[in-house]
Amino acid sequence: MADLILTPNLDRPDDFYAALIAAHDGLSDDESAALNARLILILANQVGNTETLTAALQAAAKAPEGAAA
Amino acid sequence: MIHDRYQLAFKLYPYERSTDQDAETPVRHPVVVMGGGPIGVATALDLGLQGIPVVVLDDHEGIGMGSRAICFAKRCLEIADRYGCGQPMLDKGVVWNLGKVFHDDRKVFEFNLLPEEGHKFPAFINLQQPYFERFIVERVREAQAAGAPIELRGKNRVDNVTVHDDHVTLEITTPDGPYTIEADWLIGCDGASSPLRGMMGLDFEGRVFEDSFLIADIKMANDDFPTERWFWFEPYFKSGASTLLHKQPDGVWRVDFQIGWDVDRKKELQEENVRARLDAMLGDVEYEIVWTSIYTFQCRRMKKFRHGRVLFAGDAAHQVSPFGARGANSGMQDVDNLGWKLGMVIGGKAPESLLDSYDVERVHGADENILNSTRSTDFITPKSRVSHMFRNAVLDLAEQYEFARPLVNSGRLSVPCVYDGGPLNGPDALPGGPARTRVGSPCPDAPLKDGFLLDRLGGVFTLLTIDAEAPEMLEEAGVPITRLTLSAGDDTSGALAERYLGEAGSGVYLIRPDQHVAARWDSFDETAIRAALRRAIGLE
Repeated sequence: MADLILTPNLDRPDDFYAALIAAHDGLSDDESAALNARLILILANQVGNTETLTAALQAAAKAPEGAAA
Repeated sequence: MIHDRYQLAFKLYPYERSTDQDAETPVRHPVVVMGGGPIGVATALDLGLQGIPVVVLDDHEGIGMGSRAICFAKRCLEIADRYGCGQPMLDKGVVWNLGKVFHDDRKVFEFNLLPEEGHKFPAFINLQQPYFERFIVERVREAQAAGAPIELRGKNRVDNVTVHDDHVTLEITTPDGPYTIEADWLIGCDGASSPLRGMMGLDFEGRVFEDSFLIADIKMANDDFPTERWFWFEPYFKSGASTLLHKQPDGVWRVDFQIGWDVDRKKELQEENVRARLDAMLGDVEYEIVWTSIYTFQCRRMKKFRHGRVLFAGDAAHQVSPFGARGANSGMQDVDNLGWKLGMVIGGKAPESLLDSYDVERVHGADENILNSTRSTDFITPKSRVSHMFRNAVLDLAEQYEFARPLVNSGRLSVPCVYDGGPLNGPDALPGGPARTRVGSPCPDAPLKDGFLLDRLGGVFTLLTIDAEAPEMLEEAGVPITRLTLSAGDDTSGALAERYLGEAGSGVYLIRPDQHVAARWDSFDETAIRAALRRAIGLE
């Protein structure tokens, strides 16, 4: 199985983040939510492995202590 | 009359009548600099140290009040050191390495800048801008005493310029009335709202950010806070949408609150209102307020920095948000880039077209700084719901998982610009050579047996040889190339070899007067070096 990577792995984090935000430019909240859903599904397919995806779902569900969920 | 637009921290160049004011016909000067801020005075220093007469005109008589720029980066200090005023800045400045990032009432993570060993200067120092400026002016006074032909003229306000093909005419107002001078070259260092840009009707386009920031510089009675940079996103104490706490010399702390766009500036600056924000943040702490200000910002630049005989540098040419300390730091890189080029053109060693490379290289630098500071601003002040949601998701994840920390952007601290693909670049012919010293890079420092590498570079063209043969002296197109002969063994720490040789056994670097790499090889090749020198001074 492939372990979930939780250490830095993006080769150009600032470029990625800027592109991510730019992809939402001009979208309504509903359109943004739909874009995010499509993006998650595309990335999930890229990951492929069920165990990794399950671990990712668990990591995402775990909000930091004291933070609004 | 000339009225002061701001209060002075240091009165350093009081008005004195110049003989130019009594001349029958306007006196012609090789270079006039408009603006006596850090960039203008540093420009004069660079040129004056080359022996080129330069006149600086400023409508005030010294340095404005207020800490303003407080974060000076390694490259900026190295440039100042080349001019002979880096050491007092370092001595006075506060060195910091540890930063902490908070969200609401939780620490998200902390980072250590972990300075690389073997550099004369740290990654950053914090220093109030008036000190930075004063050290440059003091160096000018020292250089003047040694014969450098620099003049600083206070209370000389330029009211009109006429740009001709081969010179510029300046109409100046003084307390004794108006006079006119001419300049072969005019350098506009007159700040973000540049009157010169206005007089010439030039563009200055970019993005306005709809947010205001309130600065409060304070002295705490009980000053036992650690020397760290603390940044809060959405702080629990609600004094701003974000807040920055940063140490300066003299026991002064910079507090910077993001307070929104539609604010009543006068009301926000009333002491009781500033104190309300500070009290919420600091709790039961006694402090004195040293300086307050509200700023807004834009990220923009002029389309071109060269307009014939007029060149723009610093904030007059480009403006960024303060996140990442890219304002004054990039202005000093403009000076570094422009000084030697203008010197060679005036000295008849290089064609005027060499100055077009100033435009290309520094526009490249400005774009890099605008990109980085825009991204930081978008992260700190998200402009849409989805952007805000992603920002907070990054912060939530960063608290638990290391992977998200590189995405947290509270300012990407200024690193020097590499002139990749620049018009003056020669061959990069050092197989296995490190990427950080590729052609176009500013030379990284390295420790030598006595002192540092950068002490030995700059001001002239240098042929740095590391374990390679070469003649002691070369001259091409009337420009001398001075050899600096080193061996990897000169630095027992191995930094010199790591930074300049990589996997190569020997290296030959042609280094520009601004300490940028013009070309590099693994061994001496006279024909190639001569060609690279010609290219580096705009001859081909």
